[in-house]
Parts: sequence; structure tokens; C-alpha cells
Amino acid sequence: MRTLIVNGEEHRVDSADLAALLSALGYEGPWLATAVNGRIVHKPDRAREMLRDGDRIEILSPMEGG
Amino acid sequence: MLSLYGVPLRSRLLLGTARYPSPAILARAIEASRAQVVTVSLRRESAGGATGGTFLESIASPGVRILPNTAGCHGVSEAVLTARMAREVFSTNWVKLEVIGHHGTLQPDVFALVEAARILTQEGFEVFPYTTGDLVVAEKLVEAGCRVLMPWCAPIGSAAGPTDPAALRAMRAHFPDVPLIVDAGIGRPSHAAAVMELGFDAVLLNTAVAAAADPVSMARAFADAVEAGRAGFSAGLLEPRDMAVPSTPLIGKAVFS
Repeated sequence: MRTLIVNGEEHRVDSADLAALLSALGYEGPWLATAVNGRIVHKPDRAREMLRDGDRIEILSPMEGG
Repeated sequence: MLSLYGVPLRSRLLLGTARYPSPAILARAIEASRAQVVTVSLRRESAGGATGGTFLESIASPGVRILPNTAGCHGVSEAVLTARMAREVFSTNWVKLEVIGHHGTLQPDVFALVEAARILTQEGFEVFPYTTGDLVVAEKLVEAGCRVLMPWCAPIGSAAGPTDPAALRAMRAHFPDVPLIVDAGIGRPSHAAAVMELGFDAVLLNTAVAAAADPVSMARAFADAVEAGRAGFSAGLLEPRDMAVPSTPLIGKAVFS
């Protein structure tokens, strides 16, 4: 198990990589953008992005804006 | 025709997508505004992706281009990372670069803005910087690679209108060949017409439409105001003067006494 900070909230998960984490947390959609520890992780790289205890993950999505 | 980073646009009104009463009213307001560019943001997704997908559907239209923003970012690294993520999500090099420096006025941190603009243009972004009316900052942004400038005319959401027309006039005179878009502070259609009469190339607004009692009608009113202001500028406006000038010719006037 790893403890990760996902969008500011602590999660205990088994996922070894970012793609697995998205799947485990139910995130779907081609419009999602991800970053790990302040570094963008492009869609094709998510399965190779191995996660470590304490990693900070941001999952962003299109929203209204001015 | 207006051209922003090589993209020709018939409409000179750019519309924000925040604070509308419903997605349906937003979609109708975009249509009524005749805008070809709408701004969007990126936020933390809490519903597994569903929220973002629903929102994208509500603004999707073949004639509408998306301008992602970095709204709410407070430093260079945060703004740059958000821009990179937005480029991936929206498959566009366009980014409205906001780096907020003051909580009360939402005034941009112009030092961080210039630095972020430099980094992003080097990465191939086409940056639309939200800036103040300061000419020196504007020069630095152009040097950093910005080919569009977006000065405020009043603080975001204030609806105060052009509080310093002299600054806008100076910017127009100083950058005759750079597309200038007034971003932030427009409250009513007459404000939009006024800045277009100053020779600005376009207007970007949000709250004035979204928070109106009837956003769809207000969107149409702004579309008309922007066109009227532009037409007035193009047709050649008279300069105001202090004394009267008779509009009817005096030659041939009857003499009765």
C-alpha cells in the first residue's frame, strides 16, 4: 500500500503507477490532465509513471473560466 | 478582420464561461454573443472525470475555439504547469496567462507574468497575457514573445468599465500593430463600445454577461456593442471640443431684420 496525496486528499492505494491509480479511483475521460509532484505527466506516460509513498498527484479537468 | 496568432476571427468579442445559471444558458449565451473564442479553466476533478466531460459538451461547437486560462495561479511555476496541462487537455497552444499578484484587486503579478510568458513562448505556446495598462510591462511581454496583449480596464468582475481611458489610448498608440484586447472590468455594453472606439481590437468579458438577469440577451447586447464601437472607430470619430460648431451652414440664411 502507498499513501498518496491526490488533489489535496490523502489516499491509501495499491496502485503502482499513475494509470493504475486513475483507474482505481474511477477517473475516466480523455480530457483529464495529470501531474506528479509538480511535474506534468502526459497521457502516454502514465503507465510508466511509478508512484512512491508521499507523492502529490494532481488530476485536473476542464471547468468554467473567465 | 481580426487575426490572433494567425487565426482569423470575424467576432471581436471573446467570452468567459464562468458563473452562468446553467450549462444550457451558457450554451445559448455563447451562441447569442457570436463569440468564436471562449475561455475555460482547469480545476481539480472530484467526480472521476464526469464534471469536466459534461462541461466540455456544454461549450462544444464547431465554430468555437477554446482559450484555456491559468486563472487563480499565483506564481511562475504554478502558471507554467497549469498551461502545460491545459495544452494537453485542449490540444491548443493558446493560453490566457494569468498570474495573480494581489488578492483584493486580482491585479496581475507583472514580474511573474513576464517570466512565465518567456518560458511558455519558448515552449511554443501562444500567450494571451492578462496585464495592466503599464506600457513598460507591455514592452517586456512583447519582448518575451507575446503577440497579443490583454490589459485590464478595471479589476476582474468589478464592472467598473474603463477607469483609465488615457492608459488604454497610450497603449493603442504605443503598439499600433499588436492586437489589443481589453480583458476584465467591462460591466455594460457601453463600456465595450467605448474601448472599441479607442481602437482596441477586441473585448474579453465574462461576469457582465453571466451575472446579468438575462445572460442570453446581454450576450447579444455586447455583441452588438462591440460591433458598433468598432464600426465607429473605423469610420473616423470626431474629437470633442469645448465650443459649439454650427452643424447647419450659415451661408444662404435668410435675414429678417
